[in-house]
This record gives sequence, structure tokens and C-alpha cells, in this order.
Amino acid sequence: MKKKLLSTVLSITMIAGLFAGCGQKEAETTPAADGEAVVQEQEETPAEAVEASEEGKVLNIYCWNDEFKRRIQDHYPGYTSDANDATKGTIGDVTVVWNITPNQDNAYQNNLDETLLKQADADADSKIDIFLVEADYALKYVDTEYTMPVADLGVTESDLANQYQYTKDIVTDSNGVLKGVSWQGCPGAMFYSREVAKEVFGSDDPAEVQKYVSDWDTFNETAVTLKDAGYSIISSVNDSYRVYSNNVTSKWVVDGKINIDDNIMKWVEDSKVLVDAGQTGTHDLWSDDWSKGFYPEGKVFAYFGPAWLVNFSMAADAEGSIGNAGGWAATEGPQGFFWGGTWICAATGTDNASLIKDIMLQMTCNEEIMKEIVVDDDDFVNNKPAMEAMAADTSYSSKILGGQNPLGMYCAGVEGLDLSNLSIYDQGCNEEFQRSMKNYFDGNADLDGALDQFYKAVVEKYPELTY
Amino acid sequence: MKSMRRGKVVRYNKWGYIFLTPFILVYLVFQFIPLVSTIYNSFFENYRSGLTQIGPNFLGLENYKTIFSNGDILTYGKNTIIMWVMGFVPQIIVSLLLAAWFSNPSLRLKGQRFFKTVIYLPNLIMASAFAMLFFTLFSDGGPVNSILMQVGILDQPYKFMSSIWSTRTLVAFMNFLMWFGNTTILLMAGMMGIDTALFEAAEVDGATSTQAFFKITLPLLRPILVYVMITSLIGGLQMFDVPQILTNATGDPMRSTMTLIMYLNKHLYSKNYGLGGALSVVMFVVTGILSMIVYKFTNKKMD
Repeated sequence: MKKKLLSTVLSITMIAGLFAGCGQKEAETTPAADGEAVVQEQEETPAEAVEASEEGKVLNIYCWNDEFKRRIQDHYPGYTSDANDATKGTIGDVTVVWNITPNQDNAYQNNLDETLLKQADADADSKIDIFLVEADYALKYVDTEYTMPVADLGVTESDLANQYQYTKDIVTDSNGVLKGVSWQGCPGAMFYSREVAKEVFGSDDPAEVQKYVSDWDTFNETAVTLKDAGYSIISSVNDSYRVYSNNVTSKWVVDGKINIDDNIMKWVEDSKVLVDAGQTGTHDLWSDDWSKGFYPEGKVFAYFGPAWLVNFSMAADAEGSIGNAGGWAATEGPQGFFWGGTWICAATGTDNASLIKDIMLQMTCNEEIMKEIVVDDDDFVNNKPAMEAMAADTSYSSKILGGQNPLGMYCAGVEGLDLSNLSIYDQGCNEEFQRSMKNYFDGNADLDGALDQFYKAVVEKYPELTY
Repeated sequence: MKSMRRGKVVRYNKWGYIFLTPFILVYLVFQFIPLVSTIYNSFFENYRSGLTQIGPNFLGLENYKTIFSNGDILTYGKNTIIMWVMGFVPQIIVSLLLAAWFSNPSLRLKGQRFFKTVIYLPNLIMASAFAMLFFTLFSDGGPVNSILMQVGILDQPYKFMSSIWSTRTLVAFMNFLMWFGNTTILLMAGMMGIDTALFEAAEVDGATSTQAFFKITLPLLRPILVYVMITSLIGGLQMFDVPQILTNATGDPMRSTMTLIMYLNKHLYSKNYGLGGALSVVMFVVTGILSMIVYKFTNKKMD
């Protein structure tokens, strides 16, 4: 009997141990200590680093897709790609190492967080030199010591004079220090299918179509017309989310409490009506169902997006897509908005300061290169005079947009951007809000239930918040 | 003479200890130390907000209070058990049937080797790849919907991922597909171990094959059945990859497919070692109790 008891206890300990072992990882590093080390190092490095003639031979770049890589490949003078290894390239005698981690499931930031926290202890060649951030979570990095002020690299204010102010606001920390630069601006527009516009409204002229979507009420009426003709006005409710959420008048978090802005609640109301009437879907952005509308068979009238969406993400190089045939056109839509944008930040502790300075200057301040980017990639660049000149240039037109020159529309939109309501919680809140509301739209929960789930999910992500 | 014999026994035992050392070492490093540190961590407030570390501050049992007072652990535990049962019941029935057929010499099934391989194959695919496949197959505009619409069963695409029971069924079905081959092989091994003389005797006495199955095969198979049950239960409590990928980490609709481990994973976004640790400890205790019940139950019957 004793033996049996002993064996039972042992077996249970073993099996339960196997199970428990999987759950939890150890917090081995003590980030606080690392943080101090970084601060110390930062205080002594800047001046020396910039003037140092002996610079590192490896430039580590952390990013989440190959967009920046393609820009560097195509436009940075002196960059050669490595034919055998897609993750490497060279600039002079410096090896460029691309560390690309997809955004999915927060993998990019998790990876970046861990590496940045160990930055102080890493040896010079494996330290992060450049990392890219997006507007949604830029403040999370910019407002720490891990990001280097661009002034310390030797980039002066006059170098950046032609950039749009909002691109600087996003990467300015709470002390007013600028810590990143961007080559693109991301004011949004509504891209609609010319084919469908001709069929339903009798005209594909942007000014004409704008009348049907000039504000949210007319937009919703137009949705009914389109539904009768067999089209969804937008692919998914999540398409219009950013248009509402960029026009908020308050932050997601006020004094440690989660706060839902009125305009966001308006999105919920309007979207629920659209979904219930079958005028749009509830699938996630970037899902297969969402992308169906890139092709005529998808029966989607419009997408909301910035310049990069139409160029980079809407299957324009795939045979048979609307973009490939030049079938899109751009119009302002109900409200102005922006989406995304990529900022280049230098990591504290880098040993390639002057190379980073040159990359920043070439990619975000050199007017020639920036014009090239507009022409080659249909991107909207962060350079006021260049963009205004291109907008006035009648010889420039976008192939994907069927010969339209949309730059004037973008230029007007970019001036109106107000980014004063960004917070470090934006990404988590925006994601969780859309996820929770999907349950409400699909009829699996009432509004209160969906809101409760939203609060719960946000507190899981940011345990310090209350609601 | 006496002392010499004792010396031999001790010397002989020595090898036992030597052979045990690797296991003990691995156990200590990968099981015991994490276990203790998890329990230790569960008493602290310890998380990261952005790049700022908060804590560790000693909280006592505060974390346990939090996870029990908000009721989440019950909801997600219930989800986990529901999906496990939905997958396990068909799994054990189909496996028993297949194993009985495969191990029955009088049926002389052809191509046994081929079928045994085929039913095991789904287990070789990564769960995440499998879930991705199902996600695509059953998406609103996916192939399953278009087939159903073309055949004329549906007019509108059915949103599989937007209804609680269809999502749970998909998860259960995937787990069933992945594991029934494995279970079949295990049960078959058990059935082959049964003395054929028993079946022959039953046949002579005029027992039907159904009677033989329920009166001879099942009772003698109990140790293997219990083993299958325990491993499947523990695997079921740890259910993670299939629902995680299928629902894109949301556990939607309304978190009805969120399992305990998916919930644990949510706390890792903020590196919340305190709450995560408390949750792990609770799950450790629950698993321990469940295993003990199953062990007690089987031991009693075997006596």
C-alpha cells in the first residue's frame, strides 16, 4: 500500500510537473539594471560616436517587412544586395543585416523589446543600429532612453525643414526631443473602383463620386444603393475604423482610465447598421476575405487607405486585379485620416552613427531621391516642396489610379492631420476594440458584453489601467 | 560472506543511480526549478508596460484573489473542457472501432499497413499549419462555403468563425483528426497483447463478436484506456495551438474558444509574471488533482 501511495505521488508530481513546466518562462534579466547601464552609456557616447572614424562593420536593421529594404535597395546610393543571402547587403565595407520579424501577434515588438533591453550588454556588431517604428506604438520607444535623439547623430533642424510637421510630432518624446525621421507621409484617401462607379453612379470622376460619400450620412445612404446593385461599399467594417478613430477628440487613456471617444462609438453605431443590412463584412484587415475586393470578382466598391496601400498592398502586380488594370481612383471620402507610416530610429549604443546619419539624410531629406520614390513607388514622401511641385505637375500620374494625379488631394489632407491624441496605448486599444466589436456586429454579444470584453482585454495588455 | 553479498548489492545499485542521473538532472533544470520559480513569481506584482518594468513588488495572495474574483479562469476552463470532450468522445469511439478491426485476425483486412500510416499522418502536420489550413478552408469566402453554395445547400456563405458552436466544433474536429490515429495505434497495441486463447474459448462457447468485444476486449484493455485518457486529458488542458491560430489569438466569438493556456498567453503580452504565475500554479494544482482521481479510480478497480 505504501509503495502504491509513493508511486502515485511520484507519478503525479512528474505528470503535473511536465504540465506546469510549459506554462511559464523565467524572467532572467533584470531590465531595471540594464536600463541604468544604457543611460550611462548614452551620456558618454554621442559626441565620440559621431566623430569616431573607426565605425562598426555591421549595421543591424530591425523591421517588420521588406518595404524599407526595397526603398534602400532601389534608392540609397552605394547599396548592393547580397545575391546569395536576402537578409544581407553591403554599403561600402559595412555589412547591412536585415532582421525582419513580422508584426503578427506582436512578434516584431516582442523581439525588439528583448533585444533593446539587452542592448547595453551586446557586443558592438550585434547591437541594434536602426529600428523602424509605426505611429501606433512609436511613443512606446521614443519616450525611452533606448532611442537616440537625431540631433546627437548630427541631423540638424534645418536638414529636416521640408518635412511635414506631423511626422515630427509622432516621434517627439515628452521632453520635446526629436528621435526619429520618416520618408513617407500617410494621409489617407478613399480608393474606389472606376468600373463600379460608372455602373452605379454613371461617372467615375472623383469630384462626382465624392458627392456620394461626402459625409457619413450620405456614405451610409450610398451603401444601400450599392448593395442593391450587388456591391459592398467597403470590404469590412474595419476599413472605415481608422477614418473614425483618427478624428477623435480625446485619448484612449485619460488619467489611467480607459476612455472611448464619441467618434469611435459612432463607428460602432454606423457599422452595426451596415453589417446588419449585409452591406459589408466583419473580417479582419489583411485576411483573404478582405483582399478579395482587390479583384473585380470581389464586388467591393472602395477601400480606405494611404498612398502605400494602393501601391504596396493591393495586388497591383497581380494579373487580373483592379489595380493592375488601372481601375482605381482616389477621392477624399467622408473624413480625413492617416494610416501607418514608418519612422527610422537610431538605437542608443549604435556604433554606426555617421552611416545612420547619412541614411536618414539621403532617404528623408534628399529631394532627388524622394522624387524618385514618388515616381517609382507611388509613395507619398515627407517633403513639402517636392510634393507640392509634383502635385502641380500634369505630366505625373499614377498608373494604378488610371492616370489620376492624387498628390494634390494628399497634400491638402496632410496639412489637416492632428496627432495630438496619440498615446502609448493606441495599438493595443485599437486592436482589441475592433476584435471585441466584431462579436457585437456578428450578433454574438450585445454592445455592453462586447465593451466588457474590450475592457478586459486591454487590462490584460496593460495591467496598470482601470475602467 | 554476508557482508560480501551486501557489498555486491550496493555496487549493483550504483548503476541504477548512474542511469538515473541524466533524468534527475534534466528534471531539475527543466521541470523543478521552473516550477518553484513559477510559484515564487506568483506572489509578486511583476510586469512590463511598454519598456518600463513595474515590480517585482511582493503582493502575497493578491494575484490569486484577482484571478478567482473575476471568474475568467472558470469560463476558460469550461471552454477547454467542452472542446476537449467534443474531440475526445468521437476520438475514442473511432479509435476503438478501428483498432478492433485492425487487430481482428478473422477479418483479414488488406492494406493494413497503408491505412495505419494514413490515419497517423494528420499527427505529423504541425498543429499551426493544420489550423491555418482550416482557417482558409472555412473562411467566409473559402472553398467549403463555395462548395456548399454550388451544391445548393446554402444561399449565403455560412460564417463558420462567427458562431460559437461551429468554431468550437472546428477546434474539436481538428483535435480529433490529429489524435485519433495515435490513439488507434496505442489501443491496437493493447488489443494485440490480449491472449487469443480467450477469444477462441469465447467463440467455442458461442459468444458473438459484440459480446467478445465488450466482455473480453474492453475489460482487458482498461490499463491502456486509462493511459490514453490521462494523456489526452492533460493534452486537452494544455490545448493551445489549434484554437490560437484558428481564431487569430482572439478566442472569439466572445472568447468562447479561449482556452486556459491561451488566457495565460494573453498575460505574456505585458510580461505579467505575477498573474501568469498564479494562473499556472492553479492549473498545476488542478491537473494534479485530476491525475490523482484517475489514478485512484483505476487502482481500486484493478485490485
